[in-house]
Amino acid sequence: MKRTLSVFFTLLVFASLLLTACGSPASEPPAAPAPTEAPTKSEEPAAPAATDAPAPAAPEVQTAVIGFTASLTGKLNVESTRQNNGFNLWMKQVNDTGGIKLADGSLVKFESKFYDDESNKDRVQELYTKLVTEDDANFLISPYSSGLADASAVIAEQYGKVMITTGAASDGTYKKGYTLVYQAYTPASRYLTGALDALANADPNAKNIAIIHENDKFSTDVAVALEAYATGKGYTIAMNEGYDTGTTDFAPIINKIPAGVDAIMGGGHFADGQQFAKSLFEKGVAAKYIALLVAPPEPTFVEIGDAAYGIVGPSQWEPLAAFTPTYGITGADFVAAYKAVYNEEPSYHAAGGYVAGLILQKAIEDAGSLETEKVKAALDAIDMTTFFGGIKFDTSAEAHGLQIGHEMVFVQWQKDSAGALIKQVVWPLGGKTADLVYPK
Amino acid sequence: MNFSNLLTSLVDGLLIGVVYGIAAMGLNLIWGVMRVINLAHGVIIALGMFGVYLFFSTLGLNPYLALLLVAVLGLLLGVLIYFIVIARVINAPYLSTLLATFSINMIILGLGTAAFTTTPRDSGFSLGNVDLGPLTLQGTRLVAALVTILVTGALYYFLYRTRPGKYIRAVANNRAAAELMGIPSDRILALSFGIGTMLAAIAGGLIATFFSFTILSGDIYQQKSFVIGVLGGLGNPLGALLGGLILGVLEGILPLAMPNTWVPVIEFLLFIIILLVKPSGLLGGRQ
Repeated sequence: MKRTLSVFFTLLVFASLLLTACGSPASEPPAAPAPTEAPTKSEEPAAPAATDAPAPAAPEVQTAVIGFTASLTGKLNVESTRQNNGFNLWMKQVNDTGGIKLADGSLVKFESKFYDDESNKDRVQELYTKLVTEDDANFLISPYSSGLADASAVIAEQYGKVMITTGAASDGTYKKGYTLVYQAYTPASRYLTGALDALANADPNAKNIAIIHENDKFSTDVAVALEAYATGKGYTIAMNEGYDTGTTDFAPIINKIPAGVDAIMGGGHFADGQQFAKSLFEKGVAAKYIALLVAPPEPTFVEIGDAAYGIVGPSQWEPLAAFTPTYGITGADFVAAYKAVYNEEPSYHAAGGYVAGLILQKAIEDAGSLETEKVKAALDAIDMTTFFGGIKFDTSAEAHGLQIGHEMVFVQWQKDSAGALIKQVVWPLGGKTADLVYPK
Repeated sequence: MNFSNLLTSLVDGLLIGVVYGIAAMGLNLIWGVMRVINLAHGVIIALGMFGVYLFFSTLGLNPYLALLLVAVLGLLLGVLIYFIVIARVINAPYLSTLLATFSINMIILGLGTAAFTTTPRDSGFSLGNVDLGPLTLQGTRLVAALVTILVTGALYYFLYRTRPGKYIRAVANNRAAAELMGIPSDRILALSFGIGTMLAAIAGGLIATFFSFTILSGDIYQQKSFVIGVLGGLGNPLGALLGGLILGVLEGILPLAMPNTWVPVIEFLLFIIILLVKPSGLLGGRQ
């Protein structure tokens, strides 16, 4: 009996270790992976109906290979899969409509080559090298997350390939002197500056701000940039303090907030942001405006009930955002197309994947060529509005490729006529679906 | 720093401190009775959180009623763990019990992550606020403090006024002598481990009424429980409550005078000082 129980217990330990291992990246790289087949393949245009008149010569069709890695396994699986879905949707739509016409009259269709990077930075450089040297990728898209994108960008630059980064907000990648790497997302340094603009628009007399943020690199970078921006605009920073990752009890730090603060800004990631908002509500903090990172746009933020009311948060994109695109499809069309294919509401990760393809499409169309130098020149000149928002790149030597046209979309939890909490886009004004509720 | 801020921080610290106390009490009791360092303590706190959350959000059960069920389930889980695992290694060196409880921790974490993911949950439960002059106190934290005081009282009544409680103390003092007096030590140890896990589950359930959590959230309370145990006296449940209150007050008041991120540094410095100066803790270790 004792032996049976020991065996049972040992099996349970192994099962647990297996389950834990499934959630983290593998440390041993598998041997030479085969390229993963793209879920969607370009279809050849239907053959024209036979007529007696001589048919005009069909334009030459060439195939451009877009290479990338996706985190099909590991901790970034969910976000990366959605990004991948968005990109594949773009590619399917372009190929289904016949491809892109180049200056010489030929058509370009796209084919993707991608590998699973296992959410592992160590795998990324090896796989991107393979994409360029063995799979002859014409263009590259970054993997999801700032860390993986940063690792992949150096390969793009080294092999002279244009790369569109998406799902990657860090500023650092674009300050390394790269010339071929272009960012789709709003950089981290501008995550909360729009929230300050929204406050200034609602109340020019509000001048007293408390910045309370998680003590990790991303949140601290955002807070540092916010403080510099706010000081430059004449705001007074009444408090700027960090809290440890994993903090749950915010009472001690809330008790430090000076009286008379107009706005509280900061936060970090989902768990702490949600708890911070809840604690501010429960402590009856009288700030007129609260803007927090990451947590508010998530649908489950509303679990905290009335504590969510009035909280503002930045998002790279929201389905609600009513931008009028100067290029590409509308937000409503993107949502409908995505839902039709993937049977779920698209997240901003999915929109980021789609817009990466859209940026490349616009650059190839403007360049009329697949040549790197011509596409690079077209990317440098891009200044457009898509369903995702504005797209324009820094062309200075100091921060080449940094996104400067896209603004974060700011959502606020408001109440509908029935009193139910709903998300509304309140900033920028060009994409708003409701006025900011101020004071909250 | 004005008086109102100081008072508010002191009361906030005391209210969170009693919850730290009950979280540490179970760890302390298990160490005191059977000399086992229970590394599954944190994950059982997290299970208590999920217990109350699931009873409340899926069955609509009042969280405090759910807490009773969670307490009973916590007791049964502890007894089960004792007979399946702990009983086999209780006479082995400390390292064996440490590894055994670490394995239980890994099993529950693995299964819990698969079942619940690591997405944060929030019960959304509120009892509103109570305004007392300059103080605004959360109803859920006040009730948590009251429940902790009731549970501590009940535990002491059980240990000092009932026969099984006296058996537990007898086994804690001298297991061999207790067995010679006819006390069934194996069953008493199982009961002790069960009560320890029950206290952890109750702590988790109370925390779930006012904090968001994941299956990984118990870890931080386990760390604090070690500090509290050393501070109050390892093996002494009342010492755990005192240690919890001291830690809570430190966490409440210190941020008024220094950056919030310095508080853990002070806490763990205190941990080392107590270990060096008074290793048996403020209340003198197990009684």
